[in-house]
Formats: sequence, structure tokens, C-alpha cells
Amino acid sequence: MVDVTSDRAIADVGDAAPPAEVPEVDLYHAKSWITKYVFCQDAKVIAIQYGGTAVAIGLVALVLSWLMRLQLGFPESLSLIDAEQYYQAITMHGMIMVIYLLTALFLGGFGNYLIPLMVGARDMVFPYVNMLSYWVYLLAVLILVASFFVPGGPTGAGWTLYPPQAILSGTPGRDWGIILMLVSLIVFIIGFTMGGLNYVVTVLQARTRGMTLMRMPLTVWGIFTASVLALLAFPALFVGCVMLLFDRLLGTSFFMPAIAEFGQQLDHDGGSPILFQHLFWFFGHPEVYIVALPAFGIVSDLIATHARRNIFGYRMMVWAIIIIGGLSFIVWAHHMYVSGMNPYFGFFFAVTTLIIAVPTALKVYNWVLTLWRGDIHFTVPMLFALGFIVTFVNGGITGLFLGNAVVDVPLSDTMFVVAHFHMVMGVAPILVIFGAIYHWYPKMTGRMLHEGMGRFHFWVTFVGAYAIFLPLHYLGLMGVPRRYHELGNMPFIPESAHTLNEIVTVIALIVGFAQLLFLFNLGWSLRYGKPAGPNPWRATTLEWQTPETPPGHGNFGRELPVVYRWAYDYNVPGAAQDFLPQNMPPSRAGVQTHV
Amino acid sequence: MHETAATAVAAGPAVPVLPPAPLKPGHRGVAADFASDQRAFKTATWHKAMMWIFLLSDTFVFSCFLISYMTDRMSTVEPWPNASEVFSLELFGENVPLLLIAIMTFVLISSSGTMAMAVNCGYARDRKKTTWLLLVTAALGATFVGMQAFEWSKLIAEGVRPWGNPWGAAQFGAVFFTITGFHGTHVTIGVIFLLIVARKVWRGDYDTARRGFFTSRRGDYQQVEVMGLYWHFVDLVWVFIFAFFYLW
Repeated sequence: MVDVTSDRAIADVGDAAPPAEVPEVDLYHAKSWITKYVFCQDAKVIAIQYGGTAVAIGLVALVLSWLMRLQLGFPESLSLIDAEQYYQAITMHGMIMVIYLLTALFLGGFGNYLIPLMVGARDMVFPYVNMLSYWVYLLAVLILVASFFVPGGPTGAGWTLYPPQAILSGTPGRDWGIILMLVSLIVFIIGFTMGGLNYVVTVLQARTRGMTLMRMPLTVWGIFTASVLALLAFPALFVGCVMLLFDRLLGTSFFMPAIAEFGQQLDHDGGSPILFQHLFWFFGHPEVYIVALPAFGIVSDLIATHARRNIFGYRMMVWAIIIIGGLSFIVWAHHMYVSGMNPYFGFFFAVTTLIIAVPTALKVYNWVLTLWRGDIHFTVPMLFALGFIVTFVNGGITGLFLGNAVVDVPLSDTMFVVAHFHMVMGVAPILVIFGAIYHWYPKMTGRMLHEGMGRFHFWVTFVGAYAIFLPLHYLGLMGVPRRYHELGNMPFIPESAHTLNEIVTVIALIVGFAQLLFLFNLGWSLRYGKPAGPNPWRATTLEWQTPETPPGHGNFGRELPVVYRWAYDYNVPGAAQDFLPQNMPPSRAGVQTHV
Repeated sequence: MHETAATAVAAGPAVPVLPPAPLKPGHRGVAADFASDQRAFKTATWHKAMMWIFLLSDTFVFSCFLISYMTDRMSTVEPWPNASEVFSLELFGENVPLLLIAIMTFVLISSSGTMAMAVNCGYARDRKKTTWLLLVTAALGATFVGMQAFEWSKLIAEGVRPWGNPWGAAQFGAVFFTITGFHGTHVTIGVIFLLIVARKVWRGDYDTARRGFFTSRRGDYQQVEVMGLYWHFVDLVWVFIFAFFYLW
């Protein structure tokens, strides 16, 4: 066993440890239906509110992707949107998926639900601020949705919102859309900050007795590190949005150079468009890991639980998460190789980018070594977890292409880039989200999701995602550009590329509809699912040891659990059963473990 | 009702204090200490830890603003207005450069002093002195904001706008209004919260552990210190704005 015994850990005192006492915890007790279910301060309810809102706005982005695919696949016969609407769809699809769905679901949804339960706290440290966080997030979503209904529609600037084009009149949504987008982002960041502070402080300061940081489940490590990244990265986006808003509304020239539009010299002068790109990507690259690190953490727990093995190299996994988080702040300009940069900067950012492959590959090896000779149960969460590993390796390898400045230049702005980031930060984290929902739904509702529907959902989604995005790599290598409304009759694009586009579109629609089956499953199982019991997966972490399922207000009843070991005691030789819950005292475990 | 969970927790058995074992040398010891049982920061309460982390995040906001300002100042081809001429005040027929800013800076730094004294008096349970010192801090903060408003109106009267000014680069006004405005907003919020904390101290909320209106949390005198952290941070940020904007 690795020696991660903390010197002050409870392990030394064995069964003599008293129940946890956290005198600061004063729960807010709901007095009415409204404070219990609407303006609720319980992290579990807030989590479900976050999740529901994120999925709802995600469906909008899904429909937008269908419209784009129909346009790309059948530009003549099924063209439902014109060029301007195509840009608007691209912009809103990207922004919604990255920020309003993935970030909100991983941190607001899973973070709120899992952090207090997994570290053995009664709730987040500041429930009131936590509640505000959700309502501010909802406000941000509503502002974003409002931009669909204003004159001119939502902005079509691309999800990166690069000035000067983002606020010039040739860009769709220049009048209202861009303003609402920027305001919505600013509001989102304010809301997230309230939540993020809660997640970080809860992990640092509100753990139960015996829960040292080095005994926390990797899920908590992932969400915790991602929250820290978000608190440090979102400020750059905040500043960029504020200044871009001023450029648009007040006529300042933070980002706007001297520029002529339709033959008219504009009033702007002397600003730096590249500055916005730096600010955006100083946020944008950590954002990739804000989404990926929770996925890394969750998938580690899914694999360990469903392969009945301790995670391989726990300590290494933790440090890898932290190192990836740190490195993610010094790679941002690899998004800007074609923006014009001193070649030495390109060299620097290419090197740091490729260094990230080391801790990331370490994690992949450790997942595979955890599976090695494990007692693998092909449950639905496990299928999604395995799907994630394969997909992430795939997306990671194309990342090596794009991270090299020299290789990136010809591939830049082609479908290859689209394929890469959809694999690595679209499909891969979404697979984890599905796996996590199948895994924790029994705890949240007390019922299992329907297994058959789950398997069907997995295979259609997994195979479908590859059928969609592998061809896009190929199209990109041929030089098919991204963000083109219509390819037309360009001589370098052969007929087969158009056929490929048609096939991809058909599959995208099928995969999209499979997600509706998943949503149906969520509703159906709520009523008709098999009763799950408190711990259907026989998992070790604290959320499965709650006295009630779903956990009640305050999570753990009268006394908080005391933690005696790490989260990965599966199949310990000589133990009384094949898993040892974190709160099982050594005397009952029948074996002394060291972590 | 609050009774159930609160009393259950309060009635828990007393926890025997575990003798801290010696830490391993090197980074392992540091990591084990930081990762130790229940809390990473042993002496910090939740709200104090939260304020520190918030300030770290806010540091990034101001850093981004200041770095953007430097980038813009370097990228514009127009000359940058001369700070010591723009920010001068006519006194007895003579132009004194940076006079107003010097006074503003002095006022704000002094308020940090009174704030620190308030924290000290708070821990000494001297309610009257704490309240007064908090009120003096708030008054100094409000004076700062008032002088800033005066400075803004003077510059606006001289023709400085976010989109241009009579002396040179258009970014001058944009950056000035954005950064000092953002900082002034911080000071204003600070003044409001100073008044709230002063009222709580005066009423004895921190002696009786009375619950907050919105949060239903019990407060203690460490909240004066947490308030102080924010206030000192706002002062520290001003030092950087002062150095980079007025002295450069």
C-alpha cells in the first residue's frame, strides 16, 4: 500500500474515534414549500436545479447542431437556415455547450450534489450564497435565451467573440445579440464565483473527521481543482467581456483598431484585437480543464467501483490533476498560432502544451492499470467510463497535432479542429456525465435507471459519436474549412466529401434522438425503476452510506460519519467483504489498512 | 425550526485532542500538514478562508485590467497624455501635480490604519471603540469615493470621454474610467458593508451570536477581521493603480 497516512489522521486511534463534531454547522431549515423546493438552500436541491437548467439549455444547443448539420449535409434540399443564421447557430451552440451546459453541470450540478456528501459535510459552507449562485446562473441563462427573441437575433460572432468582427455591423446580432451575450457571460461569472467559493471552502474546511485531503475520492479532487481553475480563469473572461461591452456601447477602443466599415472610417482607434484573444484564451484554455478535471475524477471513481479494484496510483492521480491544472494556465496561446505571434512564443507555448500530455497520459495509464485484472462489471456507468477512456485518448492524440505550431498552421480553421475539440471536450466529458448520472441516479432518487434503455443509449451514443467525428478528421485533413455555411463547388473538395457530410448529418440526427430516449428514461425510472436500496453498486464512498436514500436534509442524520480509510478499499485481502466503506471502523473491517 | 440539527451537533461528545505527531521533513510533511484532518487552515474559519480565496480571484480581475491597460498603452500609436499635467490641481494660481491623488491615497491608506485598529478592538470585545473605528473607516472610504467623483467630474469637464480626450490616445479615458470606476465600486461596496458590520457590532450581534438576516448564520468578531481583509485588499489594489496609472 502506498503510504499516505496523514500524521493527524484518525487511523491511529482506531475505534476510539468519537463521532464527528462540527459545531459551526447550523442548517437552514425550510419553513415552507417555496423555501424547500424553489428558493432552497440545500445543496442537493440546488444541484438538481442546476442540472435541470443546464440540460434544458443544452437541448437548445442540440437542436441548433441539428440545424447546422442539416445545412452542411443537404445545403440544397434541406437548407432551413441562411448564412447569417448558420453563424448564429454556431455561436450559440458553442457557447451554450461549453459554458452553460458543461461548466454548470459539472460544477454546479455534480459539485453541489457530491462535494458535501463525499467529504461528509451537512451542506455547503454558505448555503445562502450557494442558493444565490443558482438564481444568478438562471438569470444568465434567461438573458442568453432572450437574445433569440431580440431584433437581429443572437450574435453570430463565433463562440470566441473575437473583435473587431464581433461588434461590426456585418456580423449578425450586432445590435442586441452581442450585448446580451456579453451581459449574460458577466452575470454567469458572478453567479459562478458565489458557487465556486463554496465548493473550494467546503473541500478545504468542512471535511468530516478522518477525511484528509489524501483520502478524498478523486471525484472531489477533480471538482475541487476545477473550481480553483475557474475562480482564477473566469476573471480574464470577465475583464474581456466588460471591455468589449464598452467598445460596443460607449465607443471605447480597448480592442478596436482604426478600421473602416463599408467605406466608412469608424471612430475607433488604436486598440489591440490580439489583447482580447489573450484574455479570452487565458480563460478559454483552463476552461477545457474546468470541464475535463471533474470528468477525470468521476471516471476514476466509476472505474474503481465497477472494476472492484483500488485506483492505481492514487497519489499520482491527485498530483496529476493538480499539475494539469497548473499547466493549463501557461498554454493558452496555442489557440493563437495563426493570430500572429513572436515565433519564440509559439515555441514556448508548443512546449508547455506538449508537456501537459505527460500527466494526462499518466492518468490514462493508471485507469488502464486499474482495469488490469480487475473484476470488471459491464454496467452502464462502466460502459460510459470505458467509452470515455477511448475517446479521450483519441482526442488527446489529435491534440498533439494541433499543439505543434508547425503542424497546426495548415490544420487551423479546418474540420480537423472541430473534430478534435468535439472528441476531447465534447464527447468525452459528455460520456462521463452520462456515466455519472447512471451511477448516482439511484442515490438521488432511490431507483435504478432502466438497464436496457441505458445500454441502447450508450451504444448509439458511443458508436454514433465516432461515426460523426472520425469522418470530420478526414474532411479536415482534406482542407475542408470550418464555419462555412456552404462548401459549394470548390475544386479541392471531392464529391465523396459531400457524401460523407450527408452520412454524418443522418447519424447526428439519430444520435440526437437517442438522447431523448435518455431523458425519457430519467422520467420513466423515477416512477417505474427498480428500487435501488442505499448502495446498489457496493461502493465505498460516503454518499452511499447515508442513513436515508435519497439523503435527507443535513445528509447524515444525527452524527456525521468518521472516516477510517481512503475511498478505494475494494477486494482487500482478508477483509470481511469485497468493499470497505470509508466509515467502517477497523474492528468491523476485519483487516487493518494503511490509508 | 433550528433546534434539531443544531442541538444534535452541540450535544456531541467532547473530542479528545490527538497529540500531533511530528511531520515528515520536506514536501511530504508540508502536503500531509495541509491535507490533514478536517481543515486545511486550522486557525481560519469558513468565512475567513472564503474571503481569502475570493480576494485571490479578485486579484486576477484587477491584474487583467491593469495588464490590458499596459497592452493598450503600448499598442496605441498616439502619445499618452502626461499624467502629471492631467492630474494636477490649481492651488493659489499654481499647478500642483498629483495633489488630489496624493490626498486621496493618504485618506485611503489611513483608513487601513483605522480598520486594523477596529479589528484589534473587536477581538478585545470593546464594542464602542470598534464601532467608532469602523465608522471612521467608512467615512474615510466615503471621502475617497467623493474625491474620486470630484476628479471624474473635473476630467469630464475638461473633455475626457471614454472614446477620446483633448491630449492624445483615446484609450486614456477608457482605461481611466474603467479601472478607477471598478475600484471605486469596490470601495463603495466596502463602505456599505462597513456600515452593516458597524451596526452589528454596536448592537452586540457578535456577543450574542445573533443570526444574520439573509444567511441565518451566527456571527463572531472574526467577521470584523474578514471585513478588514477586504478593505486592506481594496487599499492594496489602489497602490498598484496609483503606481501604474498616475506615476507612469
